[in-house]
Amino acid sequence: MKEFDVIIIGAGITGAGTARDCALRGLKTLLIERADIADGASGRNHGLLHSGARYAVGDPESACECIKENMILRKVASNCVEATDGLFISLPEDGLEYRDKFLKKCAEAGIHTQTLSPQKALSLEPLVNPELISAVKVPDASVDPFRLVSANVLDARLHGAEVLTQQEVTEIIKEDGRVKGLKVLDKSSGTVNTYYAHYIVNAAGIWGAKIAEMAGVHIGMLPAKGSLLVFDHRVTRMVINRCRKPANADILVPGDVVSVLGTTSDKVPFEQCDDMKVTKEEVDLLLREGCKLVPSLAQTRIIRAYAGVRPLVASDDDPSGRNVSRGIVLLDHLKRDGVDGFISITGGKLTSYRLMAEMTADLLCSKLAIKAKCHTADTPLPGSEKSVKFSSVVRKAREMKMDTSVIEAAVSRHGSQVEAMDFSGKGSELVCECEKVCRAEIAYAVKVLGVKTLDDLRRRTRVGMGPCQSSYCVEKAAKALAEELGDTSLSEELKKDYLQHRWKGIVPVCRAEQLAQAEYLRNKYGK
Amino acid sequence: MQENNLTDFQQCLKCNICTEVCPMMEVNPDYPGPKQAGPDGERYRLKDPAFFDKSIKYCLNCKRCEVACPSGVKVGDIITRAKLRYAHPEHQLRNFALSSTDLVGGLASTFAPVANPVLGLPLTRQVMDSVVGVSSKANMPSYAEKRFEKWFSSIEETQSRYEKKVNYFHGCYVNYNYPELGQDFVKLMNACGYGVRLLDKQKCCGVAMIANGFVQQAKKAARTNLASIEKAEGPVLTTSSSCTLTLREEYEGILGQDCSAAKEKVCLAVKWLYDRIDRGEIRLAFKKGLKIKAVYHTPCHMQRMGTQFYTIELLKLIPGLELSVLEQKCCGIAGTFGFKKENYELSQKIGASLFEDIRASKAQMVITDCETCKWQIEGGTGMKVYNPITLLASVIE
Ligand SMILES: Cc1cc2nc3c(=O)[nH]c(=O)nc-3n(C[C@H](O)[C@H](O)[C@H](O)COP(=O)(O)OP(=O)(O)OC[C@H]3O[C@@H](n4cnc5c(N)ncnc54)[C@H](O)[C@@H]3O)c2cc1C
Ligand code: SF4
Ligand code: SF4
Repeated sequence: MKEFDVIIIGAGITGAGTARDCALRGLKTLLIERADIADGASGRNHGLLHSGARYAVGDPESACECIKENMILRKVASNCVEATDGLFISLPEDGLEYRDKFLKKCAEAGIHTQTLSPQKALSLEPLVNPELISAVKVPDASVDPFRLVSANVLDARLHGAEVLTQQEVTEIIKEDGRVKGLKVLDKSSGTVNTYYAHYIVNAAGIWGAKIAEMAGVHIGMLPAKGSLLVFDHRVTRMVINRCRKPANADILVPGDVVSVLGTTSDKVPFEQCDDMKVTKEEVDLLLREGCKLVPSLAQTRIIRAYAGVRPLVASDDDPSGRNVSRGIVLLDHLKRDGVDGFISITGGKLTSYRLMAEMTADLLCSKLAIKAKCHTADTPLPGSEKSVKFSSVVRKAREMKMDTSVIEAAVSRHGSQVEAMDFSGKGSELVCECEKVCRAEIAYAVKVLGVKTLDDLRRRTRVGMGPCQSSYCVEKAAKALAEELGDTSLSEELKKDYLQHRWKGIVPVCRAEQLAQAEYLRNKYGK
Repeated sequence: MQENNLTDFQQCLKCNICTEVCPMMEVNPDYPGPKQAGPDGERYRLKDPAFFDKSIKYCLNCKRCEVACPSGVKVGDIITRAKLRYAHPEHQLRNFALSSTDLVGGLASTFAPVANPVLGLPLTRQVMDSVVGVSSKANMPSYAEKRFEKWFSSIEETQSRYEKKVNYFHGCYVNYNYPELGQDFVKLMNACGYGVRLLDKQKCCGVAMIANGFVQQAKKAARTNLASIEKAEGPVLTTSSSCTLTLREEYEGILGQDCSAAKEKVCLAVKWLYDRIDRGEIRLAFKKGLKIKAVYHTPCHMQRMGTQFYTIELLKLIPGLELSVLEQKCCGIAGTFGFKKENYELSQKIGASLFEDIRASKAQMVITDCETCKWQIEGGTGMKVYNPITLLASVIE
């Protein structure tokens, strides 16, 4: 029987960050995920590394947290973060009253702002709504959530943590009122295994409510669905926000090569959390509002729609469950419910994950009487250790007789980790043309990042995430992946599973070019 | 970020049909092809110019990809615009000389008696090859002793006698290298009952400047030409397919100029003539007892405009002309591309299959609407190549 210091349930950003922090502090750590890493909210959010400006007026505490974490992540996760900056634009109907309050509150939270004239804003971002009456520049940034989770998981592993994916926690073992271990269903073999630990951390996002129930405690959670649209290319360089009380569809984020518009916010029943669909009404709402930020979005190709669930936690001090706690929720169930060995960490944001992990690991260490300090604020994540010089990309491309842009794309996704990729021979073959993913990157993802399916591969490399939504590359990608996994017979199955998933996100946005693309996909693979 | 509506790259459905027809891809493994250099690359270049790859310079701007694309993506334009925007030009001196056709042409034709033999001398060609980078093997056009414009001013008087008139955009090739074509055009128009007028002011259309990255110079030329075209009364006829495409399409698609005037007035002489013959307004009288066996080569830019039909139909009117139309293939010259030392081999490789078809045809001559195709085919096959206007002028009564 193997016993761990800590078992963390859920490999979203919270679980991954916590696993890394624990591993860095020398705890014997196990991270368990029922699907793949970043399969929950962490892989279905907006990818905005908040400067805190959005919360400055309504939630000053979150604003302060955000700006601090934002500055830290720019350094330690440089490979996942792009310092795009953001604009908060005021339209005539917004007036300037909110903006003035906003400026004051940002200053209080320590968020640097710069007020720009409409002309100046338009010269920086020619496509924003020309009717704007003012713009404020803030240090918002774009963050790639998949990469961030993956880098945390990788570093946890490199520091001795064990990571299990496709393994679902089905039961929590309690002895004498203390949580002792878990029963876990291995989804590929169907077997159930048992793991024991001194402490178990519930980082299962919205599903944390169920995990809590398994431990015999109750956390009031309200799933809030948020839908987003992905546009074909970068429409703006900066994040564009509306300078008004936060509302629907008022942020446009340049994420990698695309632009992401969001979000909506609707309470949904728990049953929907496992299979969320974006409705036509949501698409229309997003577009209508989004066009107020950037009118040309109306003519921009939408390649996909997706939705995630925010885990809203009902305040413990409000028995009606109507009040929702803002910010980070760290529950010590011994104190709260008299159940020892069990901790829940939820709420917060992608932006504040590191702090959430630090708080959780601090609590664990004090319980375990371990004196290790937190190092995540100054230890770079894998890939972010150093920047890769462009000249070395050009040199490598010349040596391998490759297009520089393909290697540059690998660098933009994996940073200094490209050094672990072998571009020679087969490695130079281009597999996904839209997103410039070559065979070497796929081999690396299988070997180092634990990829098992095409969906896993997509999350780590962008395979199939471009405009064609894999209509062109899926065959090649399935074949390449099957070969790297050492079982060429897998190819067909990988392809079929994957296309089902892709299809789901295309359906709600089947219009104009994407309708034609969908027809193409359907004819080619007979969906 | 992107200027106004230059986002047609997003219509790309990633079908890769364009890749099938790109002549450069076929011979050059270093060229990533229209889809990747065009719409795929553009998305990434919008994110960060660091994603620009130098191999894009191999694009011939032949536009076969645009013809093939079922989604109407202007692939060639996307690539050319990216070249102009991101490339750091190499071989500045040589490219400037090759593309400043007005400047160099003016000098060379003034000194044509000297320039031609000198440009043709083995030693001079060697020097151009190693110092300037112009291939010593390429078939370079020679320069005429008397510029077309000069000749025209000597006969301008005769043109004013015609009641109906057309304007002529002769381009720099006719002016400096091959005034005979311009003379044939005047002869043909006169035979149809039309006088010829030159534009107020005309510059080289700029196709070579665009291809070599001299965007400011090209824009200047475009503005001058567009202003003259706007002023001109009646149609502005042309005898070169590439000039026509540049005036009508590239000024807008690549240089961002408003070329509605050009779209309205500029017309290939063959199309203009075809329309009038078709409507019964013009009737051509041909010489008797002709016996000619010719093949027609469709220039890539002619195909892009879909105008080869007019040339072919006109040629079919010539009694005694046995004409066969060659399968459309790129000749490989692409303006100044094939003159460059580093491109010479590629250019010949691309043209090889066309040369083969031409030789196998056993024709007496090749007809084509493009001057650079003419040089390349003459160089590659040793056969005579004529513009359809030249042939028509020589067979009318
Ligand atoms: C639409 C939307 C937009 C957002 N935009 C932003 C933004 O721009 N910036 C920002 O900072 N934040 C944003 N957020 C918030 C952010 O995404 C979340 O706060 C964060 O991802 C939560 O991460 P998590 O790890 O706690 O939860 P999750 O990512 O949901 O992870 C929980 C994991 O637990 C796993 N799990 C569940 N049950 C079990 C089980 N029984 N056994 C094993 N594993 C299990 C799940 O599969 C899942 O992977 C957004 C959220 C949403 C919904
Ligand atoms: S213009 Fe010609 S050479 Fe350039 S990509 Fe298109 S087909 Fe290829
Ligand atoms: S032919 Fe057109 S749609 Fe097809 S890949 Fe090429 S540019 Fe895209």
